[in-house]
Formats: sequence, C-alpha cells, structure tokens
Amino acid sequence: MEAIYKHPASLVDVQSKYCPGCGHGVIHRLVAEAIDELGVQDKAIFLNPVGCAIWADLYFDMDTVQVAHGRTPAGATGVKRMRPDHLVVCYQGDGDLAAIGTAEIVHAANRGEKFTVVFVNNAIYGMTGGQMAPTTLVGQVATTAPHGRDPDVAGMGYPIRVCEMLATLAGTKYLARGSVDTAANVRKTKQYIKKAFQAQMRGEGFTMVEVLSPCPTNWQMSPVQAVDWLKDKMIPYYGLGEIKDELSFSAGDAAKVGGVA
Amino acid sequence: MSEDKRLMKGNEAIGEAAIRAGCDAYFGYPITPQNELTAYMALHMLDEGRVFIQAEAEVSAMSMVFGAASAGGRAMTSSSSPGVSLKQEGISYASGADVPCVIVNVQRAGPGLGGISPAQGDYFQATRGGGHGDYYNIVLAPKGVQEAADLTYEAFDLAEKWRTPVIVLADGLIGQMMEGVVLPEAKPAGRPDRPWAAGDRAKRSKGGSVAPANHISSLILDPPVLEASIRTRFERYGRIEKECCRFESVNVDKADLVFVAYGTSSRVCLGAIQQARKEGLELGLMRPITLWPFPSAEIARLAEAGKRFLAVEMSMGQMVQDVRLAVAGASGAGVGAKVDFYGRCGGVIPSEEEVLAEARRILGKR
Repeated sequence: MEAIYKHPASLVDVQSKYCPGCGHGVIHRLVAEAIDELGVQDKAIFLNPVGCAIWADLYFDMDTVQVAHGRTPAGATGVKRMRPDHLVVCYQGDGDLAAIGTAEIVHAANRGEKFTVVFVNNAIYGMTGGQMAPTTLVGQVATTAPHGRDPDVAGMGYPIRVCEMLATLAGTKYLARGSVDTAANVRKTKQYIKKAFQAQMRGEGFTMVEVLSPCPTNWQMSPVQAVDWLKDKMIPYYGLGEIKDELSFSAGDAAKVGGVA
Repeated sequence: MSEDKRLMKGNEAIGEAAIRAGCDAYFGYPITPQNELTAYMALHMLDEGRVFIQAEAEVSAMSMVFGAASAGGRAMTSSSSPGVSLKQEGISYASGADVPCVIVNVQRAGPGLGGISPAQGDYFQATRGGGHGDYYNIVLAPKGVQEAADLTYEAFDLAEKWRTPVIVLADGLIGQMMEGVVLPEAKPAGRPDRPWAAGDRAKRSKGGSVAPANHISSLILDPPVLEASIRTRFERYGRIEKECCRFESVNVDKADLVFVAYGTSSRVCLGAIQQARKEGLELGLMRPITLWPFPSAEIARLAEAGKRFLAVEMSMGQMVQDVRLAVAGASGAGVGAKVDFYGRCGGVIPSEEEVLAEARRILGKR
C-alpha cells in the first residue's frame, strides 16, 4: 500500500510551542517536506531567528545556527560561504527581517547570497506580545499602535512590501509571496519554497519566499477570524504570486522534481 | 621552512599571519587606522580562493564571522574602537554559543568618534567581556609588528582549543608602523574535524545511524540550566587563567620601580628603562601579553618581593585597576605595595622622558 501521508523526516515529532491557529507550524511542515523531497536533510543548515521561530531548532531535525536579532542573513552568509554545497535556510519574521535586520537582508540580497530566506509575514511582533511591525497594516491595532497604525499624524510610516523592494536588486533571482490561509495557497506556497530550494542547490542566486501567516493571539482573534482577516486585509495589500523569477528553469520543471502535490 | 625577515606594516603582518594560520573567512568594514588589514585580506584571501566580504556594517561583519565559525570555518574580523563597540553584540553571542573566532582591534582614541590616533582606552571593553552578559574573552596584546603577527597566528588555535572568541588588542601605532618581521609558517590546507560545528552531518554519522543534529545557539530560557551552562564556561575560564597567562619581564629583579605596561606604552617604558640606567637608576618592566587572563600572580609575586609599580597606559587608567587588584591579592611583604599611574589619552603617546620623569618623582630622585 502506498503511504499518502507521513510525518516529514526533517521535522522532529514533538508538540510545538506555537499558539493555536499560528501559521508557523504549517510553514515549518512545508519547509521540511521540500527538504525531504530534495533528499538534503543531512546537508541542510537552518538559521532560526529571534522571534517566535527561535524554537525552530527544537522542531527541525537538522543542524541549526542561531544568530543575533536581525542578523540572520549575515549569519546565513557566513554559513553558506563556508558550506556552499549545503542547503541554507534563513527563516525570518517581519521584525527580524524588515525592522532590525533591514540592512542585513538588503545587502545579502544585493550580494546575491545563494541561500533561501523564508520570510514569515504576520504583520505583528509575536514573541514580544503584539507590537507594531514594519509590515503592520495601516489602521491595524498593536500594543505600540494602540489607536491603529497611523502613518501621518503619529508618524508610524507605511507597511513595507519586502518582495517588491528587493525585486529592484540585481542579486535577487527568485522572490515569491505565498499564504497559508487556504489549502490551495498552502500548496502554492510549497511549490515556491521547493523551487527556491532547487534554485539554491543549483547556485542560482538569492531566493526568498514570503509567506503571509496568521497570528490569532496577537491579532486578538479566533483562528478562523484570523484566517479571514488575512484573506480580506493582508492579501489585497501584499499581492500573492511570483514577484520575480529570473531562474534558469521553469515552475513546471520544478514541480516535476520530487513530485510536488 | 623558515623565512627571511621582511619589512611589513603591522596591519598587513596581521593579515598575512591570519592567512597562514588557515583563516577561511574574513569579514570587515572600513575604519581607520586598520584599513590596510581589510585591503590586504581583500587582495590575498580572494587570490587564495578563500572568503572575503566587505560587510554592510560592523554588526553584520561580526554575525558573518559567527555564521562562518559556526559552520566550522576559521573566521576573523578586524576593526578599530568605534567599530569594535558595534561588534560587541556578535562577540557576546559567540561567547554564549562557544563559537571560536578572532577579532582584531587596532585601537584609536575615544570615546565616541574620538580620534584616529593610537590609544589604549578599550582595555575595559576587551578584558571585561565588553558586550552584555557574564563572559570573558582571551585578550592578546602585541607590542610590535612581529608579535602582532605571532599572536594573530596563535589566536586561531587558542580560539579553537578553548571554544571562545579571542581578541587581538593592538593600537594605531602597531597597525601603522613598519618593522622587520619573520612570518610564521603557513598551516597545511584542509580543515580539521570540528564535530560540534553545523554542516557535514552525513560525515558525522557512523555505522548506519544518523548523527544527532548540531545546534549552535546561546539561548537557554530555563534559569537553572543557563546558570549551570555559565558555570561550566567559567570552569573553562579558570583553566584558561591557569594555562594561558603570559607576560614578559625586563630587569624586574634589580628594579627599584617596576613599570606595568602593554603594547605601545610598554615600548615607551623600555626606552625609559634604558635612559634610566645611564643615570644609575634601575627600572623594570612587567609587560602583560595576555590582558585576560591578567598576570596577577606575577604582580603579586613582585609585590611580595618588595617592588612598587608604575602603570603606564595610553588611557586615563584602566589596566592599573587590575594591577591594584593583583596587589590586593598579595600576601606578606606584598600587602599595601604602592601602585602609581601615569597615562596620556586622546591619541597622545607618552614620551620616554615624561615617563622617566614620573619614575624619578615617585622614587624621590631629581
């Protein structure tokens, strides 16, 4: 009989500390499945960021390196340059990547560092308890934007579209934005992640997959409300799809390798 | 195969010694007075097929070092005082994750942007950890170009042996001046096994069973577990203090007054000792080569032998506190041994004459 479902080998079989309805668990699974399918678990190095995903080294059965807040792409640069034949996954949240680590992500992308960033955008600081992130939507309430993000009067600026910003840099070869709000989007997101990993193993340049992800706890919603909010508010602002694709192979080719569902 | 002596700038000798020590990756950022080192690494690391990156920032450069060293490479960065302040974040993380690496600080005058002239104002920062949390780093203080090369070469081995960042604390004078240097032999190519490092998990796996994953991290949220981990690290520090302490003594047995000075200021003291001898005055020098661990036992021994001290620094008095702590730990005749201080700061280097005059004044000789 053919197994149609099994626990990914690259994920440790433990209960995670993530909140009910959090997107990290699904995204971890997609990363693990892609790594399993490419057969590179023992050649993968995962950089777990400061933020909720700091615990990723408990969940991924692979070597990990934990760097200072926001410096994840700098750490990944050092790792990948030392281990060019390894799959290096730089997993970051919106605070790590788009606030304290803005310089690191921009310059790693511009250098065309040959690792893959998985950028989890949930429009809020999770671990520290719901502060405003660079990707917090206008009007969205946060503990540090108690009346909602106000770009003008309170001078809180505008939500940053990271993929579009990085797309202007010649070092970036593949930038995609997915979401985990529906089964269809989960499947698409996995294709993006797997394609980015394949590109990395082929040495094609900087690759990043941004994933819109619900944070019911800090959005102060039920998991179902959070998914609806993501669909109604986040997706219209952060458009889904492959923002930039300058890879030497096509999505169709990528899907054939390893049998993406 | 030994080599002939060649004339080199301190900054370049440090770079060449690092390359010969097997430095796999160098990450830097421009800052005076250490730019020749970064330029040297750019030219020679790339030619050797090794990693060189001019980072976007000092903080990034240090985190690149952290990443490269975590993945088993011999990694290094260099900077000067304001830049080294920025690196403190990564140095603390590397200390907390037991990641070996080498940081060169070609000191200039501070605080703030300060100036670009030589100074020794970063002693506290280097020897007291410097970043947040409970930790120490091995700190090596060269007095010239030859020692800058030798200590840089050795720093990589010390870092790996003790699983800690090692700081080479030079200053703008040592970085900028040219002296004759015999460079150490290049280490053979190829990376030794670092079974703790991230990567090459397949090679760690033996007999059909998959090796456990390696996690390089400084995070431990459970207070008793973190405490135990810090205590274990401090036991290692205790062994470093016993095994790694290094100093040079000049004329201390005959001396009526012993200078305590490191790096550039120790050279000034050597000149003062020679001048003093012409006037029949016996002065000595106790020169710490490791600033952490500090050679406290030797200071205590000299105090117990009835010596008094004059600490000479290019600062308002930082190392002198360690001299006083060492004297406080002395017993018998050493109790209450006198410790005086003479310092210049802001990039001013004390002259032999003014140091000698201070020695004469202390000894009541005019």
